[in-house]
Amino acid sequence: MEMDPKEIKERMKIPKQVMPEQDPGERVRNFYEVPLGFTPEQAMAEAKRCIQCKKPLCVGGCPVNIDIPWFIRLVGEGKFVEAARKVKETNGLPAVCGRVCPQEDQCEKVCVVGKKNEPVSIGRLERFVADYEREHGEVALPEIPRSTGKKVAVVGAGPAGLTVAGDLVKKGHKVTVFEALHVAGGVLMYGIPEFRLPKKIVQSEVEYLRRMGVEIVMNAVVGKLDTIDELLSNGYGAVFVGSGAGLPNFMNIPGENLAGVYSANEYLTRVNLMKAYMFPEYDTPIIRGRKIAVFGGGNTAMDAARTALRLCPEEVSIVYRRSMEELPARKEEIHHGEQEGLKFQLLTNPKRFIGDEEGRLKAVECVKMELGAPDESGRRRPVEMKGSEFTIECDVAIVAIGNGANPLIPQTTPDIKVNKWGNITVDPDTGRTSKQGVFSGGDIVRGGATVILAMGDGRKAADSIHEYLTTGNW
Amino acid sequence: MFEITEKIELAHTVYQYKIKAPLIARKRKAGQFVVLRLNEMGERVPLTIVDSDNADGTITIIMQEVGKSTAMLGNMVPGDNILDVVGPLGKPTHIENFGTVVCVGGGIGTAPVYPIAKAMKEAGNKVVSIIGARNKSLLILEKEMRAVSDDLRVTTDDGSYGHHGFVTQVLQNLIDEGMKIGCVVGIGPVPMMRAVSNTTKPYSIPTVVSLNPIMVDGTGMCGACRVTVSGKTQFVCVDGPEFDGHGVDFGELILRNRSYLKEEKAAMEELTYHEGGKCYERK
Repeated sequence: MEMDPKEIKERMKIPKQVMPEQDPGERVRNFYEVPLGFTPEQAMAEAKRCIQCKKPLCVGGCPVNIDIPWFIRLVGEGKFVEAARKVKETNGLPAVCGRVCPQEDQCEKVCVVGKKNEPVSIGRLERFVADYEREHGEVALPEIPRSTGKKVAVVGAGPAGLTVAGDLVKKGHKVTVFEALHVAGGVLMYGIPEFRLPKKIVQSEVEYLRRMGVEIVMNAVVGKLDTIDELLSNGYGAVFVGSGAGLPNFMNIPGENLAGVYSANEYLTRVNLMKAYMFPEYDTPIIRGRKIAVFGGGNTAMDAARTALRLCPEEVSIVYRRSMEELPARKEEIHHGEQEGLKFQLLTNPKRFIGDEEGRLKAVECVKMELGAPDESGRRRPVEMKGSEFTIECDVAIVAIGNGANPLIPQTTPDIKVNKWGNITVDPDTGRTSKQGVFSGGDIVRGGATVILAMGDGRKAADSIHEYLTTGNW
Repeated sequence: MFEITEKIELAHTVYQYKIKAPLIARKRKAGQFVVLRLNEMGERVPLTIVDSDNADGTITIIMQEVGKSTAMLGNMVPGDNILDVVGPLGKPTHIENFGTVVCVGGGIGTAPVYPIAKAMKEAGNKVVSIIGARNKSLLILEKEMRAVSDDLRVTTDDGSYGHHGFVTQVLQNLIDEGMKIGCVVGIGPVPMMRAVSNTTKPYSIPTVVSLNPIMVDGTGMCGACRVTVSGKTQFVCVDGPEFDGHGVDFGELILRNRSYLKEEKAAMEELTYHEGGKCYERK
């Protein structure tokens, strides 16, 4: 459907809709979600900014290729539930992706409107339709075809595993997801904070999969209970490994094991999954700290820092060895952090953690950095400035410099090939591992990426699992 | 939900439970542990699997009331359910025929020593066991340990039973007597494991200890359980729980285990305690 040039001109004049947010002074004292979502009127106005390109670039910018113009047109017509269903044809977790996808690097980056104006807020519209459908009790189940009689085991109920499960159950296969933790959702539950992704939304997405017939078994560590070989010989035709991020990386500097030094994984797990922010009502404690330093500059560092801000400290700082320009976190997250009072200690690198006589962290010695010539990543390499050592007082430190691979599956299934970091090696087009019938995707393959890339892996793997189960060809 | 099918009081505040968990029972090996979560608000508590029974699908754990979660668990009875039990976690003990193995259990640490002693015996070792406690009433598993040991020595700190003194003194005596020891397994409070390791180190007797750091997920994700072994960071939940005692930085482990003393005390005070008979409740 082509739009006439006059209409396009009119549409280009519509201002980008501003999504209301909780006031920074208010929200830093609670864990409620920060952006409050569009009203139906705002959503329709924002949808009218889309010029319905004949060759939409946004669809190609989306890792799961949502038919973006189509769903946005439905939003513009006020057909919110239909729009949600359109999105769900290709994305099983729209309420999640609408919140946590880096749209500015994907669909919105290539949006044609964005060439002259601000791009259409595709992510916010995605969030709107998913929320609308859920809140209006209109979540309908897709038609499930007759059972194929094939069974698939999925290891890990994170974004990759849940996508595989949803896709395959819609093709008539029986899917069982084995989850090591006591709840499903993976990083969506333990990693991403409540104020960015309310946990009840994750659970309603999981519930939707259950209603479609996906079986999810908690407290089930594949490799320690049944191994992958045992699953394959117990009637599962294929196995998808989506076991996620593994052990956190540390900086290997003195004092890193003092009490008060956390990995971001541990810090976020205590607060998000175990609800340590409600201690002692909940049993898991956390050291609250007066002065908190977060080491790293990615989205996980921002999540940890903004979580720390909500535990009422005097000060939270991001300590990062490059400058603001190189900070890899999403601009939106940095902006939110700044609004909430987050400090930035840039061009700074830690040398050692200093403890008191009881082994508790009290300070960190740092050194100033300056930017030298670009390194292989294209970013300017930070170089230590000799003699610039100084000390920052802090009683909690959070190390957010990435993860290694979880060793449990490789330990117990040695014939699955891994790279030198322990990440599972797959064919990128099909998600096939070196072991027949076993597929993999998400962070156990990528070593630390995004929710949507994990879901994209899940989508591809589900297609090739379906093909494998149908044809038997490996 | 995982049902408690049996509870035995072994000593004051020390209980043995059988928990229905057939899948874990079928797979577990000596040296492995489970993580429990009692209820929706509970923390994740790692506990060694002491034994299992494939016939009735149960695993056996032994715990001592030391904080809020263990106090609440100590108050549970057969028929009650534990919300989450995950396992078997950690690597199993390396079992082989070393000739003579000395198994040393201190206090509640005798519980995790027992399955190892049993497996070592089954592998053809001569098993000499030394178990100790502060006093006679706190001594556990004497009968069970005797059944799997060729020789069992008992110590109490106050001399109320057995040898008056520490397990390490008896271990030193065995070494002094010229016993050829292929391997020592020492499990108990961290200072006791350090003492055992210090005792065997001058003689280069391979010594295995089972570490009990604070854990959260217990499956290789969070990194809370890191310890330094021979100068390298190791993660107890996936690299352990057993390590070469001669390489472990026990001092660091003791300090890390004290990270939440203040919070643990506050949590305990939050529990409502009913006078007359024990009844822990959530406020």
